[in-house]
Amino acid sequence: MIPLSWYLVVGALLFVIGFYGALSRRNAIAILMSIELMLNAVNINFLAFWRYLTPKEMAGQVFAIIAITVAAAEAAVGLALVIAVYRSRDTVSVDEVDLLKG
Amino acid sequence: MTITLPSISLLPYLPEIVLLITALLVLVIDTFAGEKRWLVWLALLGTIVAGVTTWSLSLGPTLYLQDMLAADPYALFIDMVVLIITAISLLLAYDWLNSHAHQQGEYVALLLFSAVGMMTMGAATNVITIFVALEILSLSLYVLTGFARERLTSGEAALKYFLLGAFASAFFLYGVALLYGATGHFDLVGIGKNMAGTGLMAAAGVALLLVGFSFKVALAPFHMWTPDVYQGAPTSVTAFMSVGAKAAGFAAFLRFFHVALAGSYATWGPALAALAVLTMTWGNLAALNQESVKRMLAYSSIAHAGYALVGLAAGNALGMSGLLFYLLAYAFMNLGAFGVIIMLEKKGSGDLSMSALRGTAREHPLLAATMAVFMFSLAGVPPLAGFFGKFYVFGAAVKANMTWLAIVGIINSAISAYYYLRVSVLMYMVEPDENTTDVATNNRPVLAFALLVALVFVIGIGLWPGIWMQMAQQAAALLG
Repeated sequence: MIPLSWYLVVGALLFVIGFYGALSRRNAIAILMSIELMLNAVNINFLAFWRYLTPKEMAGQVFAIIAITVAAAEAAVGLALVIAVYRSRDTVSVDEVDLLKG
Repeated sequence: MTITLPSISLLPYLPEIVLLITALLVLVIDTFAGEKRWLVWLALLGTIVAGVTTWSLSLGPTLYLQDMLAADPYALFIDMVVLIITAISLLLAYDWLNSHAHQQGEYVALLLFSAVGMMTMGAATNVITIFVALEILSLSLYVLTGFARERLTSGEAALKYFLLGAFASAFFLYGVALLYGATGHFDLVGIGKNMAGTGLMAAAGVALLLVGFSFKVALAPFHMWTPDVYQGAPTSVTAFMSVGAKAAGFAAFLRFFHVALAGSYATWGPALAALAVLTMTWGNLAALNQESVKRMLAYSSIAHAGYALVGLAAGNALGMSGLLFYLLAYAFMNLGAFGVIIMLEKKGSGDLSMSALRGTAREHPLLAATMAVFMFSLAGVPPLAGFFGKFYVFGAAVKANMTWLAIVGIINSAISAYYYLRVSVLMYMVEPDENTTDVATNNRPVLAFALLVALVFVIGIGLWPGIWMQMAQQAAALLG
């Protein structure tokens, strides 16, 4: 059987990749995708912990499903906001959306 | 395998359910109502009914829904604070909504949904519920922030808020996963019991959770979104989120630290104290030379998050009740300050510059006096609500042998007096410019009433702090 730590390493790597993407990408949709990657990296952790630590209790699995649902709601709201900004400015680059600063 | 259905008792959740039903009613009525003005009043009625329900539901401290939520005095106190904030925010938005009639229903419904999230956060005793409640409140706020579609800054603020908020949620979730891995539990009590002897994984989990929380309540160095979002959002939304999201965030924050991490205060106490110092100093220094009043208040709200955090860092009973008192006092004074901005800002600009305040006392003496009271209270001048808020949290720090923290807090209050008093000086002691006389204040009775309520409470809490502190002390009884 694959040891737990392998899953955790995969989860951590995916999270870091998402983290890097969220910080380095300038396109709002790419940032959103990176954040989704981070959330799904966490789901791997939830499922791995559930399977290895508390397989009798459903909490870990259920939390993963809840996290997926929340991520979907987040994507819906986020894409709507991106579209709203694109309509008024013709850009989704976070560098060019810069009226507010100080 | 037999599956037994758990008994579900939704009675303690009644206040939130009342608000949810009101929000859904508002959405339905919005589709065919000709006169949308009534939607705000309907929402206000729902808020009042929810408040009465909260007050009369004396079920005694109990856990419900599989111990996911608690109906303890603490949760009820947060419920009341959130409901008061919601009611005043609805009144503050009334005039603005009348000029955005086609969006009125969505605005009111989202505000109520967000309030449900805030109330749930105060009651959550399980990291799953904390996470879901946090998302309910945040997702509604993202949309509300972008509500002024006619202004480019509003959409920009919403996008920034969303991207950073979602980013913070990912951290929060990762922290939850690591804590689960270390302790095998999601409920705060279970985490607390299994915390002993856990190593690096649990510590990393707590640190990541702390990052997520810090984003939500705007603690330095995770506050970067705050000024932009507060400035770009419609002012009525800024008022609501500056106090509501802060109260809910601190509510869950405090419960997490006092229940799940009660045994390891020696580690997190100093860490939170350091965070508090950084937050209040950074917020105050950045607020000193802001040209936009909303931006100045955004940095001020960061500083206030730092003061409130002192109560949590103290880790004792006085700190807990002091923090609750602070949240209540802060709600009234900040809602009031933003209310005055709504009154003075030019229609459609969604912002107010410092120079537009020049000499406003001459034309609007009452309004200027009201603003001065809110500013004095935010600065912590006795005998106003803000003074006693600071008094109790700093007192808690002294009691916890963190006198240095209280001293840093007092020095910070002195720094903050500069920019709060600057507002009063501009209003009273400077001649009005030729080009600033277009500050618009027509007759707006609803807004004036909301300001009056805030004013009465700011002065009332200041004159009789004992009553409110007693309420906060009774509320500081957490159900594990």
